Amino acid sequence: MENSEEHKIVSFKTYLIILVSLICFTLLSVFVTKIDLGNISIIVALSIAAIKSLLVFSVFMHLYYDKKMYSIMVAGVILLMTLVLIITFLDYGF
Amino acid sequence: MSNSNLPNYLEYKGKYKGIFAWIFSTDHKKIGLLYLYSIMSFFIVGAILGLLMKLELIAPGKTIMEAKSYNAVFTMHGITMIFLIVVPGIPAIFGNFFLPILIGAKDVFYPKLNLLSWWLYIIGAAIALSSQFMNGASPDTGWTFYAPYSFRTQSNVLPALIGAFVLGFSSILTGLNFIVTMHRMRAPGMGWFKMPLFPWTLYGTAWIQLLATPVIGITLLMVVAERVLNIGFFDPALGGDPVLYQHLFWIYSHPAVYIMILPAMGVISEVIPTFAKKEIFGYNAIVISTLLIAFVGYFVWGHHMFTAGMSETSLFAFSFLTFLVAIPSAIKIFNWLATLYKGSIVLKTPMYWAVSFLFVFMIGGLSGLVLGAMAINVHLHDTAFVVSHFHFIVFGGVGFAFFAGIHYWFPKIYGKMYDAWWADTGWIVFFFGFLLLYTPMFYLGIAGMPRRYYDYVPEFHFANILSSFGAFIMIAGLVIIIINLFRSAKNGEKAEVSPWGGQTLEWTISSPPILENFEEIPEIK
Repeated sequence: MENSEEHKIVSFKTYLIILVSLICFTLLSVFVTKIDLGNISIIVALSIAAIKSLLVFSVFMHLYYDKKMYSIMVAGVILLMTLVLIITFLDYGF
Repeated sequence: MSNSNLPNYLEYKGKYKGIFAWIFSTDHKKIGLLYLYSIMSFFIVGAILGLLMKLELIAPGKTIMEAKSYNAVFTMHGITMIFLIVVPGIPAIFGNFFLPILIGAKDVFYPKLNLLSWWLYIIGAAIALSSQFMNGASPDTGWTFYAPYSFRTQSNVLPALIGAFVLGFSSILTGLNFIVTMHRMRAPGMGWFKMPLFPWTLYGTAWIQLLATPVIGITLLMVVAERVLNIGFFDPALGGDPVLYQHLFWIYSHPAVYIMILPAMGVISEVIPTFAKKEIFGYNAIVISTLLIAFVGYFVWGHHMFTAGMSETSLFAFSFLTFLVAIPSAIKIFNWLATLYKGSIVLKTPMYWAVSFLFVFMIGGLSGLVLGAMAINVHLHDTAFVVSHFHFIVFGGVGFAFFAGIHYWFPKIYGKMYDAWWADTGWIVFFFGFLLLYTPMFYLGIAGMPRRYYDYVPEFHFANILSSFGAFIMIAGLVIIIINLFRSAKNGEKAEVSPWGGQTLEWTISSPPILENFEEIPEIK
């Protein structure tokens, strides 16, 4: 089952663009710490981190080019982790 | 169907000889047997520790040991039984041996990684058990290593923590291997919904092993860091939160109960149709309930902490979710019963174990719901009732399914039949002893006897005598079973390819199987 192997060779240019984007997002996350955003500063920081993770997952880890099944698996794991965190925080926030 | 002319895996001469032919073998069947022998050896140690506890409790006051020794004994009993036996248990033994065969594959996807898992298991076990032989006292925290005591006690907790951490890697690698094997190596024609139920339960289990085990790994390391570096994760004096430890511990350790019980359910789902001479009732419902148990099982950990001081919202949420997870388990019970209904039931040793599994598992499950109800839990928390409940589930569930499995697959593993009379005698003695050992503990718990105490008030004496007496009967049954299987593996009659008339792939190949299981990969129609 599922033995057909066709590995997509991602171009050097794409990797370079992603690398530069990651560096830019890192600089951005440092930069936003200088601005007083109040309570939403943590949301901004986490959003930048989430975008960076998405780039790494989809391009460096090939999820974008692979079967949808693998993306679903990874999404399932993230969903599980989110639910576990939410349920844990029921004890602390409410 | 007849046995193959090729040498079987036990006779096969590989690169190494003697014991090295075993401990360096990447054959999934030999690795399964390595786990069987290691786990059974640890089980004997764990059972002796349990027997010592029951001896201590046979009368009030000090009987054979001091309170401190009792604390150390129940800690080692717990660590051994949980981390070394029931968590690896059925997946490591029968999963390794039968998963590739059941899906029509020659081995697991990563055979070397599989061998590494066994080595990590042995190394982890050695580190954990070394805590007994080092200077200083044996660990006395219980297998749960609850903070803040676990980083304050002067006993040898560090090796036990590090041992459990290493054992986690073994579990993760086995889970990873099984997931990839099932995705990539099913025989042509074997769609997901044609896969036998035992592999399905291993699939659910493997995801839990993969995703939940890292949480306990990190948590145990946090306790190590707390002990060594005084960081303050869990120490209230340093701004830490001991309840956070309990959350993190049970985020793994409750799903771990499903790591133990799901494969046990898989074994039962193989045994019952074979001996009822009927197809399993509600295959799809069993598959879906397996995945639901694996998923919902992640979110019920808080029911171990009802008295720990959680918020009210958490209490309600965890109690509700606990009742929810009982539904897929009940679906399975109904499906097994419906399979038996109007079947041509053949009562042989594996079936005795499977039917008694239903009995003890239901008692364990229903007493779990009693504990899941918050108001009752406050009364029963940390009493002998809880001990009885989880022994009915973990020992009754996993243990009975393990014995069902070993008596079911023994002819395939060794190519020999066992003495059925002794096997049946072993079962009835064990079953009776088991009930006598654990049933009085329900009463003791309700009457108010706390767990983990070496002493009790005289009112509890009679029930404790019954329970201790039951322990000796159960151990007698265990001795009969082990001796019978050992003797039969050596001198039993030759087994046919399919002695029980099973319908899955393992019953189409030689007993014992050849090195790579199949002369030709089967095509499933």
